[in-house]
Amino acid sequence: MTILVCISYVPDTAAKIGVTSDGTALQLEGVKYILNPYDEFAIEEALLQRERHGGRVVALTVGPDAAKEILRTALAMGVDSAAIVPATTFDSFGVASNIAAYAKAIDASLIIVGRQSIDHDSFQMASTVGALLGFPSISVVSKLEISGDRVYAERDIEGGKELLEATLPLVVSVQKGINNPRYPKLPEIMKAKSKPIETVEPITVPPRATMVRFEVPQLKRANKILGDSDADIAEFIRLLHEEAKVL
Amino acid sequence: MSTVAVFIERRGGVIKRAALEAVTAARSLADTVIALEIGRGELDVLASYGVHEVVSIEHPLLERYSSQAAAEAIAQWIQQRPVEALLFGATAMGKELAPRVAVLLDAAYLPDCIALSKSDGHIQATRPLYAGKVRATVQPLTSRTVFSLRPNMFTARMCDEATNPVQSTFTPTLDQNHCRVVVTDIVRNDGKLDVLEADIIVSGGRGMKGPEHFVLIEELASVLGGAVGASRAVVDAGWRPHSEQVGQTGKTVSPNLYLACGISGAVQHLAGMSSSKVIAAINKDKDVPIFKVADYGIVGDVFEVIPKLIEHIRALKQRGTS
Repeated sequence: MTILVCISYVPDTAAKIGVTSDGTALQLEGVKYILNPYDEFAIEEALLQRERHGGRVVALTVGPDAAKEILRTALAMGVDSAAIVPATTFDSFGVASNIAAYAKAIDASLIIVGRQSIDHDSFQMASTVGALLGFPSISVVSKLEISGDRVYAERDIEGGKELLEATLPLVVSVQKGINNPRYPKLPEIMKAKSKPIETVEPITVPPRATMVRFEVPQLKRANKILGDSDADIAEFIRLLHEEAKVL
Repeated sequence: MSTVAVFIERRGGVIKRAALEAVTAARSLADTVIALEIGRGELDVLASYGVHEVVSIEHPLLERYSSQAAAEAIAQWIQQRPVEALLFGATAMGKELAPRVAVLLDAAYLPDCIALSKSDGHIQATRPLYAGKVRATVQPLTSRTVFSLRPNMFTARMCDEATNPVQSTFTPTLDQNHCRVVVTDIVRNDGKLDVLEADIIVSGGRGMKGPEHFVLIEELASVLGGAVGASRAVVDAGWRPHSEQVGQTGKTVSPNLYLACGISGAVQHLAGMSSSKVIAAINKDKDVPIFKVADYGIVGDVFEVIPKLIEHIRALKQRGTS
């Protein structure tokens, strides 16, 4: 079985993201980039499934040259090979189209992504890639069992879980709780530095949407911080009841 | 004449509020609002929210939910109607289904929108990026667009006068090949309210000092009719289940009131709750970041403050009912 795990290179959660004064572009200079936190679970799940069922794991990213750094993390964790589609200007649909094309080229029967990438938070990659390939997909998976070409999965929904059955080939997005990602050991980290990374020719599709304006939301919070005297607690309740009208 | 369709999600036969929020948003954008449902449900709720037409998609293969088959069926119906936009609630179901429908329709998909507007006759969306640090206005470039709307960011409003919707049935062309993924069962979390569906969330963090003290959080949530949430630290420590975690690697919520108890407000936590309508916090350290984003705060010991809050709220509720 060929397992494709797709990972993304995203601004660190703590990064300060600005907007140009005319509101037409983001300011991302000097921002530190990391492996998308959910993708650690995706890499780990790919490795666990390979341990159980054999086959190979290929890691793919669509991003700038610097994103090779996260492919090296994936290699150090144990993926068999890594590839990059060098591209920086694609919208989500463009990224999905490139993932789908590469999955087809390597004949992947299981494609694993993180539940969301923390830049655009759109939760769409599993469904979009699945639809492009004509494969079924399951989003926000917290348990995945494969037996032959049958798949049993659990996914989180509001107030509970859905239990699902599917067949391979399949696309899944995974989330925290599905496994405990391993930490790569130093010798693996060193070895990963010299492993080859395949460069894949990007395919270009017309963008489907364009971001025309950006703004940093202005926090309009009342910011009334009180002490802990009985009078303050009574006032706190009054504010929630009469001013905010949420009680 | 513009037409917008809204996917009506039901759980246990009841229409999800997120779907009614989308119906209300659709009314402000289009002359004709079509409710699209799988199977046939009650008409009166949809009529009271001002839907002009109800289309029930019916097929034996849709009896067990399959996101693949549902997407195919919805796309087949849309293809034969001049529908400019299709709205979903950005629920677990909507976030999985909507992007699939968009691909089948060659439509743009704009996820998790927090506002919609019309510019030159085209619908534009505002959506948060980078966990809400930035908002982008997005212009679709396709003739049809699929949107999902973040729950509780749009208000569901009934019409003064109910409509009299035209009802029809659509039978899609489906085969087993469209059902390569199916939901076989749903397991509910033992009667507890989920943070994603609660109007009020009371969350506890490391300041609660131990799992046994979460009875205070549970009691406060219970008197408020809210759900219990948790910070990453207490979930990782095994004090609370992951289903309660709010923030990055947990859930993104926007309740009417988010009350953080003993939570310092790490940036990963703020990422999951900063779009809450009202934020309140209790923490003994006045310098913690949660107070920077809070509307109301108490600098004090959670173990002393929470019992007093419970008392006050009980008194308030009793006054309200007597």
